[in-house]
Amino acid sequence: MINLIYLTVLLPLIGFLFNGLFGSRIKNEKVIGIIGSSTVGIAFVVTLLAFFETLGLPVENRSNTVELFTWLNVAGLNIKFAYLVDQLSLTMSLIVTGVGFLIHVYSIGYMHGDKGYWRFFAYLNLFIFAMMNLVLGDNFVVLFLGWEGVGLCSYLLIGFWYDRKFEKGTVPEAAKKAFIVNRIGDFGFLLGMFLIYYTFDSLNFTEVFNKAASFPVSEATFGLIAIFLFIGATGKSAQIPLFVWLPDAMAGPTPVSALIHAATMVTAGVYMVSRAAIIFASAPTVMMVVAVIGLLTALMAATIGLVQNDIKKVLAYSTVSQLGYMFLAAGVGAFSASIFHVMTHAFFKALLFLGAGSVIHGMHEEQNIQRYGGLKKYMPKTYATFFIATLAIAGIPGLSGFFSKDEILWYSYANGGIIFWLIGVITAMMTAFYMFRLLSLTFYGKERFDHHHVHPHESPSVMTVPLMILAFFSAIGGYIGIPEVFSGEHGNQFHNWLEPIYAPAIAKLNSFGFHSHFEEILLMVLSVALALSAIYFAIKIYTQQPDIAEKISARFKKMYNILLNKYYVDEIYEAAVIQPIQKGSEKVLWKFTDNLIIDGAVNGIAKVIYAGSGFIRKIQNGIAQFYAIIMMLGIALVLLWVILSL
Amino acid sequence: MEQNLLLTYLLFTPIIGSVVVLFFGKTQTKFIRWFGLFVTLIAFVISLVIYFGFDSSKPQFQFVHQVLWISSLNVSYNVGVDGISLLLVLLTTFLTPLTLLSTWNAIEKNVKMFTFSMLFLEAGMLGVFISLDIFLFYIFWEAMLIPMYFIIGIWGGERRIYASVKFFIYTMVGSLLMLVAIIWLAVYASGITGKFTTNLLELYKVGPTIPHQIQGWMFGAFFLSFAIKVPLFPLHTWLPDAHVEAPTAGSVILAGVLLKMGTYGILRYCLPLFPQSAINFAPLISVLAIIGIIYGALVSMVQTDMKKLVAYSSVSHLGFVVLGTFAMTVEAVQGAVIQMVNHGLSTGALFLLVGIIYERTHRRDIAYYGGIAKIVPLYATALMIASLSSVGLPGLNGFIGEFLILLGTFKSSVLNSWWYTVFAATGVIFAAVYLLWMYQRVVFGEVKNPELKDHLTDMNVREFVVLIPIFIFIVWIGIYPNTFLGMTEESTKSILHHVSSFTFDILK
Repeated sequence: MINLIYLTVLLPLIGFLFNGLFGSRIKNEKVIGIIGSSTVGIAFVVTLLAFFETLGLPVENRSNTVELFTWLNVAGLNIKFAYLVDQLSLTMSLIVTGVGFLIHVYSIGYMHGDKGYWRFFAYLNLFIFAMMNLVLGDNFVVLFLGWEGVGLCSYLLIGFWYDRKFEKGTVPEAAKKAFIVNRIGDFGFLLGMFLIYYTFDSLNFTEVFNKAASFPVSEATFGLIAIFLFIGATGKSAQIPLFVWLPDAMAGPTPVSALIHAATMVTAGVYMVSRAAIIFASAPTVMMVVAVIGLLTALMAATIGLVQNDIKKVLAYSTVSQLGYMFLAAGVGAFSASIFHVMTHAFFKALLFLGAGSVIHGMHEEQNIQRYGGLKKYMPKTYATFFIATLAIAGIPGLSGFFSKDEILWYSYANGGIIFWLIGVITAMMTAFYMFRLLSLTFYGKERFDHHHVHPHESPSVMTVPLMILAFFSAIGGYIGIPEVFSGEHGNQFHNWLEPIYAPAIAKLNSFGFHSHFEEILLMVLSVALALSAIYFAIKIYTQQPDIAEKISARFKKMYNILLNKYYVDEIYEAAVIQPIQKGSEKVLWKFTDNLIIDGAVNGIAKVIYAGSGFIRKIQNGIAQFYAIIMMLGIALVLLWVILSL
Repeated sequence: MEQNLLLTYLLFTPIIGSVVVLFFGKTQTKFIRWFGLFVTLIAFVISLVIYFGFDSSKPQFQFVHQVLWISSLNVSYNVGVDGISLLLVLLTTFLTPLTLLSTWNAIEKNVKMFTFSMLFLEAGMLGVFISLDIFLFYIFWEAMLIPMYFIIGIWGGERRIYASVKFFIYTMVGSLLMLVAIIWLAVYASGITGKFTTNLLELYKVGPTIPHQIQGWMFGAFFLSFAIKVPLFPLHTWLPDAHVEAPTAGSVILAGVLLKMGTYGILRYCLPLFPQSAINFAPLISVLAIIGIIYGALVSMVQTDMKKLVAYSSVSHLGFVVLGTFAMTVEAVQGAVIQMVNHGLSTGALFLLVGIIYERTHRRDIAYYGGIAKIVPLYATALMIASLSSVGLPGLNGFIGEFLILLGTFKSSVLNSWWYTVFAATGVIFAAVYLLWMYQRVVFGEVKNPELKDHLTDMNVREFVVLIPIFIFIVWIGIYPNTFLGMTEESTKSILHHVSSFTFDILK
């Protein structure tokens, strides 16, 4: 099945073409939905079989390349359209096709009745196609093809309801913002690729990474490559300073938020950093930058998440925050932990978003959690699954999120230091708090909606079954990565599986200090205790004494407003970057330089020539006597000159 | 040796066609339209025959046909193609019939004269690309101005006279300097080789021996002429006016092929004839090219007229081509060559698409539209594809060109600095800004003007027939560019090899 891995790319493409070309003529939603879902479902099966086949191979043979055709061949540059099937790409592929399939199925119910039903499934399939190229590509250029492709799908799907308003602007504006901010990141990614080609004379992963491990390349060069690539990652994975597009991406339908803006696409940056681990590991300074940016993003987004009232907004900032954790992990050299968190996060965050979708669906498109309350009894299945996901993200022991988050916190302590750990734990506390705030305001407490107009109801099983499957994995998904401190001699299975990918990078890092198991368990207990206390307060405040929340926000009005307005980052960008460029282009470049200076010069020259010829024309007055005089004068001058020069 | 006449057949097909058109009655519009299309299709078929007979593993000019023409000046009718010129010949013969088909309803005034002009124009463009005699080249170069002048001046918009005169004068100024330089070059050659010659291949040997100072002036005279045509910043202001006033067909040909004559000229004449000067001026010209990339994009962003927006985007895109040419690495020049084709396809498609709604509403201002996705979904999809191609989305053609150009510029030893690439690559961001912003304002949102619902109809079969072939190549080049890159690689290498063989000391 390894050799057939291209099917996982081809099938979604066929689904896209079919629904894209004929979807508008197919009136039957079922046909569209089943075709859209089954292509991804089969892709998942193929991936799974390839995974087991790879698992059966000896460790040194687990990296295989499937070549399709030569894409670009110019001088020394040879880019093949080829897929690299190895531990990392298989892990990512399983997440993409697995979670992707569930979200496709969910969408059959969620998008029911929408005019653009066929368009929606066409775009979703196109997304899976692009995302599979991204994770399977065996070189930077195919990765970039997928990278831009998912960006396009994100654009198309955020802007899916293109005639609607969104917050202060419109849906298409949110979509455009996402694409352009991502393009700023791509600018960095491109430069990174050029520098890689310049340095290693190749863009193929295997060649580049082998050379990176053995070539005498300066740390400065590695640093520059790494920082360029990381700029790309901050765009796609919504990190400081390019995170601003992700909250607005919530303008898209909820399944899109779950699939693209939570589970898969936004983790592409993490994947890329992890894929290029050897390059990052060769640039310790940039590793530090990655860790710090990740940490700050995690903290910042969590603080914003504390006060948001839109259910999807809370989850969006939570995603930004969790992505921060993943970069923190990568930055401290725990690459496999970052991918582990990509996986568990894909389960519980997709579940949270789909659950939110189910709630929004049942609440007649209402998204403000202040107008929910007590929904537990109306939507038992949604509630139960949402509850599990909330426990998972809050880091309750035994659930998937606990294992991955704990591993990241441990490595941030072991390789980064106590400050890293401390900020990480504070963020984890906030995460637990805002998630239980969300849970409480939605499912517990008083019903705050208008009973005359809103009749909450549970969603159909086509939506709730995917929720249950995701809940199952959110609960147990962590057991493949039980830390060594518990599992003993077998070690962390997930870590062992990915280990060969990162071995060269880890060898370069070489900075793991020795820490005792006692320390590890102590920190674990500490962080769990803090998370539990945060949960306690959140439930207490938001179900029993909502006035406390109001009092606190009134007491710290300034701080509250800053958080509510997301630190005014959008406003600052608008005033400092967008407006100057726009006004400058219009007033200075176009109206002044082009129309006044350049055209002025061109037309000015024309005028001078015109005026000059007008003057000369007067000499040609047709009076023969005048010509005779000029002639005589000329002859006289010539004679004078001849005589003088004798 | 019979097949050597193929290029001559190709060249004379539209010439004879244009003469024949003159004998038709003025009122036989339908027949004239079909005849024009038929002639251009024959030209396309001939160019395909040439393509299949072309051996891309050889860098030499092929299908060469030479006949002594003016014996006293040793000027000959001398035509031939290498991979680069063949690619542009194919672009020309491919776009011309599509363009004619696009005018089926748009041009109603004096169809006879219009068809004559278009055929004449095609002959001129082909002549420019296949001439191997610099004098012959100059004749075609100038001859082409006339039909274009008429196309803008007769079938253009309100300010057509201003635009056509501006176009004419701008280009004329450059051309005259080039003529002086051509004469000087031929005379100089007679001093070296003993006989007056305008044969390009012989001049290739002579040009590089011109003393430094004078070579700079010669280079400048040629380059100015080409730079105006491209157009390179700051010589670009004729372009927006010409595009806005020209009828759709004129814009498509102007953007699709005419501008490439400038970049082709640089590659065919400036670089091999004056290699030392080309290297000396490369940094300066590259800076202008990069200014053009950014400047064109930013000015494009704030346009209120759709056509002007697309016109300014040409300044930006052609900046990439010039940059790639002067980076003088195989990757960059190959990128520049494929980008010439890409720009012809994407911008051609964009102009066609703007023309399609203009035909129905007679409005081009962005603010008038809004929400048309609901009224004309197929059109919206087509505009999306064309925009994405122009944005440089991987998988479509634009990416291949930009990627190769930027990559090649990065490792260029002539420019020898990363900053060129760093600044040029910002164009990647801005392209997304101006195109998506326009798209958003025109296509998305609520239907802004209710009257649009009455006037605007979706694309018809004819319009599909025009756009589909272009889209096929947009995807083809994006997925499998080797078909085209392989065709030009040897020719590109040969030009660069020629340049570097004379400039070894400068580069060291």
